[in-house]
Amino acid sequence: MGRPKVAFFDLSCCEGCQLQVANLGEDLLDVLELIDLVEFREVMSEKWEGRYDLAIVEGSVVNDESEQRVRQIRDRCNVLIAYGSCATIGGVNGMKNRRPIEESQAAVYGDKTDWFPATKTRTVDQVVKVDYYIHGCPIYPPEFIKVLKAALAGLSYPVPDFAVCVECKFNENVCMYDKGVTCLGPITRAGCNSWCINAGNVCYGCRGMVSNPNRNGAEDVLRRYDLNPELIANKMMMYNAAKESTDE
Amino acid sequence: MSRNLSVNVEFLTRVEGHGHIVVDVAEGVLKTCQLQIVEAPRFFEAMLQGRSIFEAQHITSRICGICACGHSLASIQAAEAAIGFTPSEQTLKLRKLLLHMENLDSHVLHIYLLAAPDLLGVKSFMGLMKDHADAVRRALRMKKACNDVCDILVGRHVHPISCVVGGFTMLPGPKELEAMHALLLQVREDLAPTVALAATLEFPEFERQTEYVGLISDDGEYPLLSGDVGSTDGVRKAKEDYRAITNEFLLPHSSAKHARLSRSSYMVGALARFNLNHDKLHPKAKETAAAVGLKPLCTNPYLNTAAQLVECAHCTEEAIAIIEDLMDRGVDPSEAVIVGINENHSIPVQAGSGVGAVEVPRGILFHHYQVDEQGIIQEANCVIPTGQNLQNIEDDMHKLVPELLDRSDEEITLALEMLVRAYDPCISCSTHFLEVDIVR
Repeated sequence: MGRPKVAFFDLSCCEGCQLQVANLGEDLLDVLELIDLVEFREVMSEKWEGRYDLAIVEGSVVNDESEQRVRQIRDRCNVLIAYGSCATIGGVNGMKNRRPIEESQAAVYGDKTDWFPATKTRTVDQVVKVDYYIHGCPIYPPEFIKVLKAALAGLSYPVPDFAVCVECKFNENVCMYDKGVTCLGPITRAGCNSWCINAGNVCYGCRGMVSNPNRNGAEDVLRRYDLNPELIANKMMMYNAAKESTDE
Repeated sequence: MSRNLSVNVEFLTRVEGHGHIVVDVAEGVLKTCQLQIVEAPRFFEAMLQGRSIFEAQHITSRICGICACGHSLASIQAAEAAIGFTPSEQTLKLRKLLLHMENLDSHVLHIYLLAAPDLLGVKSFMGLMKDHADAVRRALRMKKACNDVCDILVGRHVHPISCVVGGFTMLPGPKELEAMHALLLQVREDLAPTVALAATLEFPEFERQTEYVGLISDDGEYPLLSGDVGSTDGVRKAKEDYRAITNEFLLPHSSAKHARLSRSSYMVGALARFNLNHDKLHPKAKETAAAVGLKPLCTNPYLNTAAQLVECAHCTEEAIAIIEDLMDRGVDPSEAVIVGINENHSIPVQAGSGVGAVEVPRGILFHHYQVDEQGIIQEANCVIPTGQNLQNIEDDMHKLVPELLDRSDEEITLALEMLVRAYDPCISCSTHFLEVDIVR
């Protein structure tokens, strides 16, 4: 048996997650020794016509063309990894679902909206089956390696379902609420090693909410700061709107 | 000559997204020559409306994974101008350092992994591994170094964490400065063989007069983060008048808007900056220009790659100088900010309008925001370098194709791909160009 055929694909996104992979630097060469990389636009032009053992998909589904593409990818692969917030939860692309698509089109293209068709943002798993999830905007490289290894070995990868706060405490950060600003750490899935708070910023919720978020509690805490409720809702929906808009 | 030619190159672009090169020649006459951009729009400008100005950097950084730091810097500049905030001298210095790292990182990627394979006759860096393994390792090492510097400075390179409206949420101490310094000294060392390799490359010959647009200033600094907007046709305007520079217009074959100024099109990017401001480059960068034979005014767009190499030398030296200056003076840790969406009212906000104009790897980038007295975004507009270059690329193609009609389809297609790639429209689009379909 040869090395597994692995391919990277992107739908609508900034392609920063594949850049995270390319940015593994010389470590990338070690990863390449374990797999047979057959498609990866970011760093190569070669094309593969056969079946993929592993397809790694970035980006959201935002029009008919990308829906068709992701269905084709699913048909041609044995295992599919969705990576990056745009693919796993819709990410920032989902924000546009909070208003009618026609409004967004008019705001950007004026009276020429007919030239550029678009649909609501959907996550990859709202269109096809996903086997592994790597959340984050961008993905956290150590988690990428962990999931890649699990997928290649046929093992499951349980996404951490506890709050970012747990990792944040281990990292001995001072709580952002104690510094007078709101942070989505309490309701956001861990797994990023509290990356943003380590760098002095707040959590923006890019990995999606834990499966049982204490939203009411979180909103109580936020209200204590006498904030415009719309701003808070905006904040919580920066990454999660695509999930919410179709689940509701 | 009764030549018929139909080139249809399909590719995907990064920010502007999916696109194709379409060329049609019938009976020796050029009928169609387009760079079609067919990406589904992402509506960032619409998404920003109604949100806090303090979220603009985080969101607009996500326009592009490669230029995330550049978008962040343009966004922050526009946001601070809109709300009437003036950043500190230390903040500006660190932002300049970040911008140098952004330009350096992106240029290294383009020169080695995108442009070099064409010039060395292989399909990708995987092909380079055979005969140029040292060069590939050097490229990945240089990229990693840029990445590591950004990790230290702003938490990460793709979607930086700590550079926000108001300043930095995390500041480097002496140890961090030391680490960044060491990484950049290694980049400086790797640049010498990079220049030597580049000097052996033969770039295609092609000339077309056009207008070059970028930041200009009256001081001695090579302008990247501040200045007015100027052109080689003698235009000079304040950045707030950017709409009179870009004159954006829509075409049915491109979901990215096109731009024009004094002529039918203009060019932005490393070559435009070199043509406008070469006399302000660091001496090491001038040496590099001499080594690769780049002279102003250069009207060969293929040499944008050479201009990027010249800027690599400039950015490396300037970044080292900034770090050494910070090592001498020390970084004041009390300047670290805690902002969030400004629920702690740490930053005074007033209603207003602000424009950011920053020279990012692919050229001048504009962000424009209008906010109300609460700092809520009323209007947002981003003008992206690749969009500004689209019309110029098409004009180049219009001149280039008739000059090449005596060549084979394969040679013409490759020349067109290399032309578009020279503009470095984005990483992924460039490599995808190689999916080519020619119908006679």
